[in-house]
Amino acid sequence: MLKSKTFVKKTRSGGVMKIVREHYLRDDIWCGSEACTECKQESTELLKDACIESNLCSFPHYLVPDTNVVLHQIDVLEDPVIRNVIILQTVLQEVRHRSAPVYKRLKDIIHEKEKHFYTFTNEHHRDTFIEREPGETANDRNDRAIRVAAKWYSQHLKKFEADTDGLCVVLLTNDQGNKQKAEESGLLVYRFEEYIKSLIANPELVDRLALSNNDKNEITSSKVLFPEHLPLSRIQSGIKSGSFLQGTFRASRDNYLEATVFVQGEGEDSTEVLIQGLQNLNRAVHQDVVAVQLLPRNQWVAPSSVVLQDEGAAKDDAVEEGEEEKALKISAAEAARKPTGKVVGVIKRNWRPFCGMLNISQIKESTRHLFTPADRRIPRIRIETRQASTLAGQRIMVAIDGWPKSSRYPNGHFVRSLGGAGEKDTEQEVLLLEHDVPHQAFSQAVLSFLPKMPWAITPEDMAKREDLRHLTVCSVDPPGCTDIDDALHCRELENGNLEVGVHIADVTHFIRPGNALDKEAANRGTTVYLCGKRIDMVPELLSSNLCSLRSNVERLAFSCIWEMNQKAEILKTRFTKSVINSKASLTYAEAQMRIDDVTKNDETTKSLRGLNKLAKILKRGRIEKGALTLSSLEVRFHIDSETHDPIDLQTKELMETNSMVEEFMLLANISVAQKIYDEFPECAMLRKHPAPPPSNYDILLKAAKSKDVEIHTDSAKALADSLDVAKVDGFPYFNTLLRILATRCMMQAVYFCSGMDSDFHHYGLASPIYTHFTSPIRRSADIIVHRLLAVAIGADSTYPDLMDKHKQSALSNNLNYRHKMSQYGQTQAVGSQQQPQLQT
Amino acid sequence: MAGLELLSDQGYRLDGRKATELRKVQARMGVFAQADGSAYLEQGNTKALAVVYGPHEMRGSRSRTLHDRAVINCQYSMATFSTAERKRRPHGDRKSTEMSLHLKQTFEAAVMTQLYPRSQIDIYVKILQSDGGNYSVCVNAATLAVIDAGIPMRDYVCACTVGFVDETPLADLCYAEESGGVSSLALALLPRGGQIALLQMDARLHQDHLETLIEAAMTACKGVSKVLDQVVRQHLEEVSMLTGE
Ligand SMILES: [Zn+2]
Repeated sequence: MLKSKTFVKKTRSGGVMKIVREHYLRDDIWCGSEACTECKQESTELLKDACIESNLCSFPHYLVPDTNVVLHQIDVLEDPVIRNVIILQTVLQEVRHRSAPVYKRLKDIIHEKEKHFYTFTNEHHRDTFIEREPGETANDRNDRAIRVAAKWYSQHLKKFEADTDGLCVVLLTNDQGNKQKAEESGLLVYRFEEYIKSLIANPELVDRLALSNNDKNEITSSKVLFPEHLPLSRIQSGIKSGSFLQGTFRASRDNYLEATVFVQGEGEDSTEVLIQGLQNLNRAVHQDVVAVQLLPRNQWVAPSSVVLQDEGAAKDDAVEEGEEEKALKISAAEAARKPTGKVVGVIKRNWRPFCGMLNISQIKESTRHLFTPADRRIPRIRIETRQASTLAGQRIMVAIDGWPKSSRYPNGHFVRSLGGAGEKDTEQEVLLLEHDVPHQAFSQAVLSFLPKMPWAITPEDMAKREDLRHLTVCSVDPPGCTDIDDALHCRELENGNLEVGVHIADVTHFIRPGNALDKEAANRGTTVYLCGKRIDMVPELLSSNLCSLRSNVERLAFSCIWEMNQKAEILKTRFTKSVINSKASLTYAEAQMRIDDVTKNDETTKSLRGLNKLAKILKRGRIEKGALTLSSLEVRFHIDSETHDPIDLQTKELMETNSMVEEFMLLANISVAQKIYDEFPECAMLRKHPAPPPSNYDILLKAAKSKDVEIHTDSAKALADSLDVAKVDGFPYFNTLLRILATRCMMQAVYFCSGMDSDFHHYGLASPIYTHFTSPIRRSADIIVHRLLAVAIGADSTYPDLMDKHKQSALSNNLNYRHKMSQYGQTQAVGSQQQPQLQT
Repeated sequence: MAGLELLSDQGYRLDGRKATELRKVQARMGVFAQADGSAYLEQGNTKALAVVYGPHEMRGSRSRTLHDRAVINCQYSMATFSTAERKRRPHGDRKSTEMSLHLKQTFEAAVMTQLYPRSQIDIYVKILQSDGGNYSVCVNAATLAVIDAGIPMRDYVCACTVGFVDETPLADLCYAEESGGVSSLALALLPRGGQIALLQMDARLHQDHLETLIEAAMTACKGVSKVLDQVVRQHLEEVSMLTGE
């Protein structure tokens, strides 16, 4: 039970506090090698014949990278070729402290079975723990700990030399001092570049090496192009004293010499600082967190309206940007000057791998080329590669390694190729990657939680649910919809009132909290529709089959049932888990035709007519309360069935039945929101839409003024009313255009946890409370809401994370991010697919 | 930027223990000759001294006298040098009073007080160094002191603090773990019968987790009881050797 170990006390002084911690050393930490017969380990990660063809080591070997190698060369370590690596605990902890993204990637590699990465807990191993010596820095101690652990491994493995062809460990470090000391103690040690270059079978790995400091000096000229970045300590004191401002750097899409820094002030107010010119931009990259210094007032400028792309051949580092910058200055009108500043330092880089194309250098033998990212806000990146001719014409991914002050462009390295440019699959991949949409096929772990086929409703399910199969339920959706998550019914009761039901696919019956399927759905957050392709949030078996409320099959549903009078006033609301059998899956047009066709008088049609009548009353009521009806140009692609190429673009026409369905979904969402908030005031997941600040309306007012139309923006109601009367003769689209502009003025609607916020108002819908309940197949917020509601009505049991407002809040943030990104992606797909259309 | 990782993927805690492992326990009984019973106990870096007087006649206000059993009087205090920052008030503050009360309840459940009607048993416990699990260490030390005093108990009372991290219960929390945002629970157990003498918890915990946590705490307490049993047996051997000669 008690493993009593000799223990060493570790004393850490932080400030004046002395912290004493126990540190147990163990003798039951195993080496993880398959070759070992001494350790009593249950499973092994490291293979016995760890062979990789290398000029340097012809024998099997394990790699031991040091911290800096992991931090900088994670791209190479991720390659499937690199296997049998020992990650020391010392290294893992240092990486954790220094870079969260790399730490996460490293952990992902360790979890991957095929990679054979093993974590050795050397800090708690009796033979490999070392104490910091007097005068030794923390870094030096860690380096020594790594050497000691490597040494232990090589001695440990020596014992089995006879049957392993001389299996040994190779330490990889780029630190000269560390390397020398390791050599002195008889270790096999190489620089990382040296080792990777020695791999005979995989020359392409060399391209993916991040440039180390020595290499950078070779490429760049000695000329200093940019001002030095200030050290972090000076930045921090500057921010404290108010001489610098901290903010997020946002490069301009249209002008590579211009950017704004978004400074979040105290509370709600925030300012934007304009940055112009290469020198002032000072190597900041889009999304970096930077410190800026404001220029004196007389040097303030206005944002330019010039479009400038950094194009053409690689500019020599020495070339001045004179002309282009001059063009900027001229365009700066006297009026409308904005606070202007310069970047003095970078607080946090937010670099990620970027998708884009390679511009081949004109010099034939050159191995240095410029890479142009697909995102125009990212500067061009200089990379070194020997495969330029193969990579030309392909979409590739490149990561930035650094941006020295003597270099016109940042330096980077090749990560991987996505495929030929212009091919539909490649372009889609680029879109998905650039918008961080998870789109890999579902893993085996996820699929293992799907129900086994053939699936049927069991008697136990039936007993717990209300049997609503006799009701005339039908669904109304766009044509071609296979993931039907809502269905409706309406019937007259004996007392003259109407019973209306909204039936939503019972996804939470299949997705149980906490398993891999649930986690995957929560991470994906939403189903993304991209030009004919649907990237599902849940596997197809659920989205298009078991959860889809198709007609004439029995399906599990979560129903929200109201009793209403003829004036559409709600008299009673109840929620229940149910079983339904939809009588018809209709398209909007089919439903519309049935309603309009006076000769039809079947149950379904009667039900639709009832719904339609109530929906109209509901909509009128909502608009009277001040809900906005803003049309945005929603477009649909007509996809050629043979080639799957888009052949036509069509603006979606709205039918009465569209708004009929929408109206009841809104009603269900509001009813559910109220219910879960009443039941769980601390942890209900809701959706809010903040009122936009008045300054957001500037563009709308300006546009309206140009036609002498007045728009009131004091409240949602005033805005809606003034939009209704905003009409100009002979300009039929004017009203639509204004509405599109008004949409642009709005804030983003967001999910939040009710315990973490006090403002619940939904501005666009003019509703005091709102949530998402009606699309659990394609939005994971709805899954959470379903679970909350199920607990509230006693139909399901609760689980810890559901009641944890911090976890809920973190989840909402992820969902908000995914929604935003998928929206950008969808808009961009419309844009990029449109262009070939207009040319032909 | 990143907080402490309380439990690594390899299953090791900050100080190198596995989830269910206790800290090293060292104890000595009979450390003071004048008291009726005494014990010193170290559980990792938490060190406590317990002294027992009694059973003796009621002192002070007679009105507290119970006619069917003995009154147990507990006093808990912390040495001024026991924490990293010097403590200003070693006893008498709200926390100490609460702790004294908890100890009293624990021992009322364990000591066979009905054998000594109209009398009083005093238990004084002092934390000399604090590194998490103060309550549990006090209970364990006091158990040994009560045994040393020869006062009959139903069973050893063993206590342990457990916490919950990443769906895994951690036994015998140290200070870094207690302050690292773990919802912790202290449990005192009479191991043989499996009766719980005291269960105390301040943090919020989902009810689904409670059972696993209590289970883990009970296992840990049983572990502690084995160690305490060894200490008592060894002490007896030493004493009997001395008196035997
Ligand atoms: Zn071994």
